[in-house]
Amino acid sequence: MHLYDLTIHEARKLLDAGEISAAELTQAVIDRILAVDNAVKAYLTLTPEEALEQARAADAARREGRSSPLLGIPVAIKDIICTAGIPTTCGSRILENFIPPYDATAVARLKAAGAVILGKTNTDEFAMGSSTENSAFFPTHNPWDLTRVPGGSSGGSAAAVAAGECLGALGTDTGGSVRQPAAFCGIVGLKPTYGRVSRYGLVAFASSLDQIGVMTKDVTDAAIMLGVIAGHDPLDSTSLDVPVPDYTAALTGDIRGMRVGVPKEYFIPGMQPEVEDAVRTALEVLADLGAEILEISLPHTDYALPVYYLIAPAEASANLARYDGVRYGLRVVGDSLEDTYKQTRGHGFGPEVKRRIMLGTYALSAGYYDAYYLKAQKVRTLIKGDFDRAFEQVDVIVAPTTPTTAFRIGEKVDDPIQMYLSDVFTLSMNLAGICGLSLPCGFDSQGLPIGMQVMGPALGEMAVLRVAYAYEQATDWHTRRPPIRSAGR
Amino acid sequence: MALTREQVEHVANLARLALTEEEKERFRQQLSAVLDYAARLQELDTDAIPPTATVLPVRNVMRPDTPRPPAPREEILHNAPEAEEGCFKVPAIGWE
Repeated sequence: MHLYDLTIHEARKLLDAGEISAAELTQAVIDRILAVDNAVKAYLTLTPEEALEQARAADAARREGRSSPLLGIPVAIKDIICTAGIPTTCGSRILENFIPPYDATAVARLKAAGAVILGKTNTDEFAMGSSTENSAFFPTHNPWDLTRVPGGSSGGSAAAVAAGECLGALGTDTGGSVRQPAAFCGIVGLKPTYGRVSRYGLVAFASSLDQIGVMTKDVTDAAIMLGVIAGHDPLDSTSLDVPVPDYTAALTGDIRGMRVGVPKEYFIPGMQPEVEDAVRTALEVLADLGAEILEISLPHTDYALPVYYLIAPAEASANLARYDGVRYGLRVVGDSLEDTYKQTRGHGFGPEVKRRIMLGTYALSAGYYDAYYLKAQKVRTLIKGDFDRAFEQVDVIVAPTTPTTAFRIGEKVDDPIQMYLSDVFTLSMNLAGICGLSLPCGFDSQGLPIGMQVMGPALGEMAVLRVAYAYEQATDWHTRRPPIRSAGR
Repeated sequence: MALTREQVEHVANLARLALTEEEKERFRQQLSAVLDYAARLQELDTDAIPPTATVLPVRNVMRPDTPRPPAPREEILHNAPEAEEGCFKVPAIGWE
């Protein structure tokens, strides 16, 4: 067992017992990054000196008898979340040289809990994508098969966790960007309820959907990290002012009598049969553990994708109006001020971001607003209503996270709709504002991980963690680590 | 529905995006395909359905108006493409 293979709770035990130091642990993870990241390419920015300094400070604090949930634990931050003094590029040329003057609240809370920050992970530009191929800098590779994508947009964080390049990471999830890469990389990814985690310092993509989530090697670690970053923040008016429970109290392993809904709309023609088989088998495990399995219907599931791809781009087109080359970021001087705006944005944004700004601007423009944007918001009401009714009957909903396992790099870059379809099972949850978690439930014949999604109602994280933990303890998928192999090279 | 090139240019102007000729044509095709895909929403009768702009209850959020130290000016200007004498420097306007 290498130190970099440890989970957060395992490392905590060794640190608390004095068997390892945070400096040793951090050095082992940095060495691991140096050994594999030239192949995985999970990180955009590394901060090893700062990390070792934070680790030594954690060791000193521990010697003085202090304790906190992540004291001396090395973690990574998706590069769309602001870190004071450390570049935050959002995977975009337009913010290539941007250095935030402040920490996002989630980052400040990680630091306050003693976490060691290793660096910033790759992302699709402004979190717009499902493969991390839309990063303006380079694509990230899936540690299970380097010819495949890690998913996206939090693909850098997912790959880093899977490859032992950090013990846990922050991602963000607007339509599946924590859960889909977690599924592709064989790790746990938790998207909290909208408003559960402050968005202060998260660079905005689609403000009514964005939420910071945690990416970890197992369910226990997800509960620990969520407990650190969750909670009310006066700096985010959409953050919920409700108490944060002890999420680790959900890790009982007992799910007897819990009602698990299985939505028939999430088993569709064209999905990879091995994915369906793995999830069906996992449902039998949950039944054996004493859960009651009920078939349910979320009748408007088919409409979630078009609703999402009108609402998210509409919000993005407004949010990204701020990149005008005046106060921060790239400036490309044109013939006039207006032309400077146009040249700056035309040169600074990549193809997917421009595509979504165009789509969103069109959906909001005079003459089309009612037919597209308003219509999408009304259907969003129907989608939310589906979940409201379902959660009157069941405690959680279980479904595949993605219709297929990780696809090949380059396979879908030229076909936006095919790319968008890889999020077909995750985006409804963002539209409804509810919470959910993806965890590994098997491997396909290519050796690629399969993800299962456990969804809960708003603020239903305890139920989600309880079911996910019970399943995890009954199986051993979460103990597998990728061999970092490169097929066909 | 197929977008025209003029519509693409109009939207690009609204969004203040300079596009190459090749981008205009590519976006014309791709956006048309996405809008075709979105047309399936018209199957649903939503006349009596209110829109959802946010899943949160609409409410005012108030906090005490307590002064806090602002971010240091140098750090803010450090990110500016151009700065001079403690201000953002921008191209001249109003002379055109």
